[in-house]
Amino acid sequence: MKGMSIIVKTISSWVKILIFLFGIYIIIFGHLTPGGGFAGGVILACSYVLLMLAFGREFAEENLSLPIASKLDCLGALTFALIAILGLVWGGCFFVNFLYQKYLPGEPFRLISAGTIPLSNIAIGIKVGASLFLIVVLLSSFRSNGLAGKKE
Amino acid sequence: MAIFYFLILFMIVAAIIAVETDNLLSSIICVGAIGCGGSLMFLFLYAPDIAITQIVVEVLGLIILIRSSITRDLTFISGDREFFEVVVSVVIVFVIFLAGSQVMKGIPDFGTPAYSQIEGSASQVYVEKGLKDTGAANIIAGIILDYRGYDTLGEATVLFTSILGATVILRERARKLVKESE
Repeated sequence: MKGMSIIVKTISSWVKILIFLFGIYIIIFGHLTPGGGFAGGVILACSYVLLMLAFGREFAEENLSLPIASKLDCLGALTFALIAILGLVWGGCFFVNFLYQKYLPGEPFRLISAGTIPLSNIAIGIKVGASLFLIVVLLSSFRSNGLAGKKE
Repeated sequence: MAIFYFLILFMIVAAIIAVETDNLLSSIICVGAIGCGGSLMFLFLYAPDIAITQIVVEVLGLIILIRSSITRDLTFISGDREFFEVVVSVVIVFVIFLAGSQVMKGIPDFGTPAYSQIEGSASQVYVEKGLKDTGAANIIAGIILDYRGYDTLGEATVLFTSILGATVILRERARKLVKESE
């Protein structure tokens, strides 16, 4: 049986959902409460790392395979750069907050406010979460069949 | 302005030497020279915090690269300590301690940020106009994603590049190639 004992598996299969939701909350409310894309992305990656520790690496890779994770990583980076370039197109300046200044001012302390800042937070959150998951999976697979495989 | 052109020229020449030279050690030293030039450039652009980060990263990277490129680097120190060298090191430590204590006297009291006393400094502008300029209730999000978006883009690029490097080095095909070459 791969992974840890049945107690750890049961608990982590409940807790992983809460951790994932908390990460999403931290990302989406990044412009209102403490947190943001980087912190929320790390929490998102943590839920998958918990899955990996409890159920084994193969189970985590079935849930989020490496090609999809690397595509998410690229997508997040691309979205963030795209938001900056859209500022150049519609706001006249690279990285200008064009949504807030021109199109959608919003009301402070509301969810829909601050223009491009929540969008950037979401992009960074996806990017950081996917890339941290990738790093952990790659390092663990390197440890399990990289250096040890050489000796055989 | 002339100093910037000089530094850029210096860094370009060092980069060309680093790529073209056959000796690994001199190539690494040229990489260190590029980083030193970049650090000086940040210092002249009034960004001392980035200059400090740059110099720390460069020194660490240089030490690691030199350690990995030199196979025989173990030099044993023989003989007793000499009196003159001990006196010199004690005097240097004492001078640094005196300078540090003088610097400590100039630091404002705990709880009073230095920049709050200066009109129009960046941190005061952030605190006073942050909500109006960016519309974000969390002023940190407003700063890192609106005022200092370039900085965040750089951080995201650094993260992306490091993940790319790790993926390329640790992927299974590369490991197979290493095994075949052995």
